[in-house]
Amino acid sequence: MVAAIGRLVLKHVREMGRMLIFLVSSFGWLVRPPFRFIQFVKQLHFIGYKSTFVVVLTAGFTGMVLALQGYYSLRKFGSEGLLGSAVALSMIRELGPVLAALMVTARAGSAMTAEIGIMRITEQIDALDTMAINPLQYLIAPKMVGGLIGVPLLVALFDVVGIYGGYLVGVDLLGVNAGSYWTSIESAVEWKDIYGGILKSISFGLIISWVCCYKGFYTRMSAEGLGSATTEAVVLSSVVILVWDYFLTSILL
Amino acid sequence: MIKLVGVKKTLGTQPVLRGVDLTIPTGKLTTIIGRSGEGKSVLLKHMIGLFQPDEGQVWVGDVEISRLRGRPLNDVRKRFSMLFQGAALFDSMSVFENVAFPLKEKLRMTGPDVATRVNEMLEQVGLAGMGHKFPAELSGGMRKRAGLARALVVRPEIVLFDEPTTGLDPLMAKAIHELITTMQRTFGFTAVMVSHEIPEIFFLSDYVAILKQGRIAVMAPPAEFIRTTDPEIQEFISVGGPVVLSGAAARS
Ligand SMILES: Nc1ncnc2c1ncn2[C@@H]1O[C@H](COP(=O)(O)OP(=O)(O)O)[C@@H](O)[C@H]1O
Ligand SMILES: [Mg+2]
Repeated sequence: MVAAIGRLVLKHVREMGRMLIFLVSSFGWLVRPPFRFIQFVKQLHFIGYKSTFVVVLTAGFTGMVLALQGYYSLRKFGSEGLLGSAVALSMIRELGPVLAALMVTARAGSAMTAEIGIMRITEQIDALDTMAINPLQYLIAPKMVGGLIGVPLLVALFDVVGIYGGYLVGVDLLGVNAGSYWTSIESAVEWKDIYGGILKSISFGLIISWVCCYKGFYTRMSAEGLGSATTEAVVLSSVVILVWDYFLTSILL
Repeated sequence: MIKLVGVKKTLGTQPVLRGVDLTIPTGKLTTIIGRSGEGKSVLLKHMIGLFQPDEGQVWVGDVEISRLRGRPLNDVRKRFSMLFQGAALFDSMSVFENVAFPLKEKLRMTGPDVATRVNEMLEQVGLAGMGHKFPAELSGGMRKRAGLARALVVRPEIVLFDEPTTGLDPLMAKAIHELITTMQRTFGFTAVMVSHEIPEIFFLSDYVAILKQGRIAVMAPPAEFIRTTDPEIQEFISVGGPVVLSGAAARS
């Protein structure tokens, strides 16, 4: 029993060590020539641009439901005028980064794992090696940077669309005063909130590309291996995002 | 010269290579035969450092590569090309880009020379005009030929071919064999081929080696190889009828 637990712990510690080495060497390769600018643009396009639709959709509905919930809570105290700030603060501080990151994990992260995993089991990664090209540099590093930059941009989009979604429901549907919606946002949102949101989204971007690339890169050589790598990547990435969100929030508050 | 000395490799719990001693002569075509799952691909991957042996040494020329990493290993790899068993074409690139890739990345070639070399190579493997297609649109045989083009386009010093003709129709297999032998004679590269094409390989190869139970059981020129007395090997090489060598091959 004790031995089994010990083995399990050791296995996870070893895995974490491998993940850390993977991260550090990918970034190490980033600063060495040749610089793969085109690869990086492609990844930014893949992670960022191609996720915009799903991000806009979820952001809109998140903002709308926040306004709905916020309105009924705030009306009890007769302070519907604060609806704007309630929506904006929850968006910027919490829901924008977390929900956008979860959507990117589901859409781009899983695709990233599958793409790298297929390259592993069809020996395309070995082929890069035989051509004396480091796969971490050619394949992984651009995706890391793509996530690091793409996710914050998507989060910004999420926040804006969400706030407009809240406006749509709060002002157009429930009749909150349009002027007070915006002024309450202006007076309540501080630089510290924005800064926290940015910090969260950058770290979530890193978590997504790190976990999803790692799981793809070490896919076991079979079709089941590929399936489980994708599932594990999405689950692990989501869990790490939520846990890290808690710690980051408790530090930032 | 590639030289493996006492190479042992266990994958998972299964011992695959159990002490391989093999010397691949420079500028010759050496073919490795053996049953499926015997470890031929694993053996080939040891020669280019994709696998590191648990025990033993792998020499490429006068460099011992079994513990090399990073730049020194890459310097050795630059002398090689490898055709993978499944071709291992890059899915995200067209056939043209696949073949151009090692020219740009390995030889740092740029400009119109690249297109000339690529198109010439595609024509030689019978893929003229197919450059714009993507690997997913190709048949297995076409993928093999594209992989062959990608391996040979850089005119390497050593080429490893993992089953270059498996899955091709007999005519195409013959054409690929001719292409490999012609290129090998023209450019004089060292060729190591894994193949199941018995008896053809006895006519093409300078040397034949058989991997059996994780060791090289016989390694000899074809004429000598077919005289081996091991009954299992005899059975393996003569299932399609006895191998009869004539002319140059018999005299060699
Ligand atoms: N990357 C790998 N991980 C684990 N086992 C492997 C790997 N590659 C090959 N093997 C195992 O090694 C043995 C030999 O495989 P291989 O060299 O592909 O045989 P073949 O002679 O048909 O080319 C097989 O049992 C295979 O399952
Ligand atoms: Mg094989």
